[in-house]
Amino acid sequence: MPDMTIATANSPLYSGRRRRNAIAKSLALAATIFGLGWLVLILGVLIYQGIGGLSLAVFTEMTPPPGAAGGLLNAIAGSIVMTVLAVLIGTPIGILAGTYLAEYGRHDKISSVVRFINDILLSAPSIVIGLFVYEIMVAPMGHFSGWAGAVALAVIVIPVVVRTTEDMLTLVPDTLREAAASIGLPRAHMIVRIAYRAAQAGIVTGILLAVARISGETAPLLFTALNNQFWSMNMNAPMPSLPVVIFQFALSPYAEWQKLAWTGALLITVTVLALSIIARSLTARKSS
Amino acid sequence: MEPSRGRDVSEVALKGADAPVAVAASRAAVLRRLRLTDMIFHGLTRGASLAVLALLGGVILSLVYGAAPALSTFGFGFLFDESWNPVTERFGALAPIFGTLVTSAIAMLIAVPVGLMIAFFLTELCPMMLRRPIGIAIELLAGIPSIIYGIWGLFVFAPFMQQYVQPLFIDSFANVPVLSTLFAGPPYGIGMFTAGLILAIMVLPFVTSISRDVFDAVPPVLKEAAYGVGCTTWEVFRYVVLPYTRIGVIGGFMLGLGRALGETMAVTFVIGNAHHVSASLFAPGTTISASIANEFTEAVGDLYTSSLIALGLILFFITFCVLAIARYLLLRLQKQGGK
Repeated sequence: MPDMTIATANSPLYSGRRRRNAIAKSLALAATIFGLGWLVLILGVLIYQGIGGLSLAVFTEMTPPPGAAGGLLNAIAGSIVMTVLAVLIGTPIGILAGTYLAEYGRHDKISSVVRFINDILLSAPSIVIGLFVYEIMVAPMGHFSGWAGAVALAVIVIPVVVRTTEDMLTLVPDTLREAAASIGLPRAHMIVRIAYRAAQAGIVTGILLAVARISGETAPLLFTALNNQFWSMNMNAPMPSLPVVIFQFALSPYAEWQKLAWTGALLITVTVLALSIIARSLTARKSS
Repeated sequence: MEPSRGRDVSEVALKGADAPVAVAASRAAVLRRLRLTDMIFHGLTRGASLAVLALLGGVILSLVYGAAPALSTFGFGFLFDESWNPVTERFGALAPIFGTLVTSAIAMLIAVPVGLMIAFFLTELCPMMLRRPIGIAIELLAGIPSIIYGIWGLFVFAPFMQQYVQPLFIDSFANVPVLSTLFAGPPYGIGMFTAGLILAIMVLPFVTSISRDVFDAVPPVLKEAAYGVGCTTWEVFRYVVLPYTRIGVIGGFMLGLGRALGETMAVTFVIGNAHHVSASLFAPGTTISASIANEFTEAVGDLYTSSLIALGLILFFITFCVLAIARYLLLRLQKQGGK
């Protein structure tokens, strides 16, 4: 047995294959370290730059004029208001459409079309969504508004919720549906009382992922909600949001603004990462 | 549906013996009510799913409507005109289209091999214990909003490129025929090359997670058979896993490409926003999405606005095709797996 190993290990063909294998393996390891390296690098710089500017003023003061100190209160409030409205508009439509795809129309021709279109909307460039809402809301109304921003975000929420709702409902075992049908429950009642309950955690995950997705979105807000330097809760007027303020402040030449931009960036990243981790842990507990 | 209705039925059923006629009538009423709510719910869900279709239709229609003035003024020449002059109101899409394609190409050239190797590592080499945490970390990279990549690119990555990487490239390739034109000019830091690299970092997690998913779906028997005849890990991956998952990998590639083409904020920060087509990758350029993001709110005049919307229409058309191919391929893979 030892003789054989030595013989094969010495043959040029075999050692060449082994070398190639070793090279490929180390390349794979290097690629993984490279990929994770970016995450560490980006988060590291973000924390380093952002944490210095983190103070109570960030949450209590308005965005300042150039050269002055201030906070991000109006931007944070605007972001929260538009995100909540977007979820309120987008989630019901998303859940209902996802329900149709998974329950009533699982094998319909039209469902496969909707599924296909939804997947395309899911990865469509968000700036195009902004143009769309500009055309249907901002141009006819004649002014930028918080409503337009909320609708633009809602258009992004819908495909995410449709997709997760459908996926989670198809995971519900059919025996549950059959059991409900056998006691004479109509489909609507079966869906609301049994399927939704079984898929609850998954659907909530979908909504959280949608919130995570839109809380960092900048492109669709640039020309729908625009921006506002002051406190504004008027949905018919331009509304500030954290991402747009970061965009404006980061590209400005003022050091105070740039510092606030970093702080805002840290806030958004922490929020988004926390949301996606919570969302993940919800489904992980469900499946285990 | 409230619990009281269910109680109705059972109460009716209990009293049933006393008054059969009344019972039959009320039972029919309950049934009718149940059927009605079911019909309403069915209609609602169907309407919502049709709304998704209407959404896409609305996006296309509104873009075509908004782009009409520019397209009728410039015609097909819009696609091949490099000029972008708000003063004389002459607009062409060549520079943004060029920038979009070049930055996406750079991104895919880097992200695809690296993404495939990470997926190879995760599915074949990684110790079980680390598999989940590393997978999650890569997916977190996908969750970071693009504006963060943008601000990081502007303040950290671009200066680094300007000081170290770009001078090195310019000096070392100065006498190589093709490369000297590709890597020419003053090192600005910002520009198409930097934008392409940032896009690569952004697209990497998408390519990785889809490749990992399709690699995971390879039946173990195939791999075991290959190992059984003495293949090395790399050979199993190269000659069994990759050919088997070809369609899915291409689908993931197209999905990543769709992201790269449409990405706005990360690019806008570092591209330099110059409407030029230049051979050097270090020169500032622009992409479709960066042009729209930078100029839309400042555009004066209908033709300027309309030209920007026309750019949006072109972008939507390109990404639609790419994403449609991606979904078609991944769908085919799903059907193949279902058999």
